[in-house]
Amino acid sequence: MDFSVVVEYFPRLLEGAWVSFQLVILSVVLGGVFALPIALARISPIAWVRAIPFAYIFFFRGTPLLVQIFLVYYGASQFEVVRESIFWPILEEPFWCAIIAFTLNTSAYTAEIFRGAIQAIPQGEVEACKVVGMSKVQMYRRVLLPRAFGIVLPAYGNEIILMLKGSALASTITILDLTGMARTIIARTYTPMEIFLAAGAIYLVISIVIIALFRQIELRQNRYLGTLSIKVPEKG
Amino acid sequence: MIDLHGFGDQLLQGAVVTLELALCSLFVGLILGLLGASAKLSSIKTIRWIAHGYTTIIRGIPELLTVLIIYFGATSVLMAIAGLFGYEEYIEVGAFAAGVTALGLTFGAYATEVFRGALQSIPQGQHESAIALGMGPVRRFYRIILPQVWRIALPGLGNLFLVLLKDTALVSVVGLEDIMRKANIAVSSTKQAFLFYLVAAFMYLALTIVSMLLVSYMEKRASRGITRG
Repeated sequence: MDFSVVVEYFPRLLEGAWVSFQLVILSVVLGGVFALPIALARISPIAWVRAIPFAYIFFFRGTPLLVQIFLVYYGASQFEVVRESIFWPILEEPFWCAIIAFTLNTSAYTAEIFRGAIQAIPQGEVEACKVVGMSKVQMYRRVLLPRAFGIVLPAYGNEIILMLKGSALASTITILDLTGMARTIIARTYTPMEIFLAAGAIYLVISIVIIALFRQIELRQNRYLGTLSIKVPEKG
Repeated sequence: MIDLHGFGDQLLQGAVVTLELALCSLFVGLILGLLGASAKLSSIKTIRWIAHGYTTIIRGIPELLTVLIIYFGATSVLMAIAGLFGYEEYIEVGAFAAGVTALGLTFGAYATEVFRGALQSIPQGQHESAIALGMGPVRRFYRIILPQVWRIALPGLGNLFLVLLKDTALVSVVGLEDIMRKANIAVSSTKQAFLFYLVAAFMYLALTIVSMLLVSYMEKRASRGITRG
């Protein structure tokens, strides 16, 4: 193997990594925003309100991301109505199609994570809020959501890593993300192993950075729990 | 009924390929997972280190990239090895074999963690009593440890299998004739992308539901000696 191609094309790979990074950040932020109402509807006491997010989550978690991307990118253009609508300039762009598919996908996963976190909060805290006379909105805003945020962090970090790995699928709809760029370079140089391994190494580095970042946020968010780790001296 | 323009049979054939790929990868992945978990709990530092490197690398790079690396890389690696033995003909690795290798490696890396947790949760006394009964290491593993590990690991492995089932779609990128690829072919001749990808999505969904039911049945069966009310 000859790794001088990697050195030569490294700037191009970094360009691709930047596109991957944008894809991940945009879809994770948008997905997080959509996930909250979905999660809240999912734990609603009314059965038909619960059923809609359940079906949504089941569909997006039960089908491959690749199918979802193709559904948005190729599927939407099947209909004349879509092609003549004002949304066409967006749906025409592979980048925005990928963002739409990733956002829908990650919001389904994230909603489940949020739901789990909200339900993991001890019932006593909910009761305490009611006793103090908080309204439902106040209870969520002041107690449940900040608490859920702390619980959610480790799982949310994992979800972002999964999204980073999923973003490689953007290369299948002609986007020049890290994987797409690697495939383009390989088509020119015909050195698949060297370039793919270099791309893999870049993904690995990004994952490690995300993991380290989340460990820091987790420490900060859950710092009020820090006293728990201090050993209480035994009573004499 | 939906008009599939005669591509229904093709899609069903694709579903068979998808299922074959998933089951073969599951088999390879389970073996790799057990090996990986044993390696992680090994007393030899180098073996632990290798297992750690394996899981970190595989879990850190996208599955699509793994598939591509195996598909394009396996040929050159195999030819290099064959070259050592004086074999100079071109060797081609098929999409199916590459898919099983890539997905098996991925499943194995995640399963390593599941099995490691399960192995660690078996009380030391179980090992000791098996030794006291005079069982050798292999029999100890098969009769005492594995059935208990299986019960604890099943829920985790079930989730991993659902992920694996969806990851099989990636192998269509290197040309395997699975559901996804058959849908692509149907789309390119009928131009009805939304219809065929939606049908493909529901086929995956159906496979997912069947797997979920199967896993929950197996979970009940594996813990039949444990749960009482």
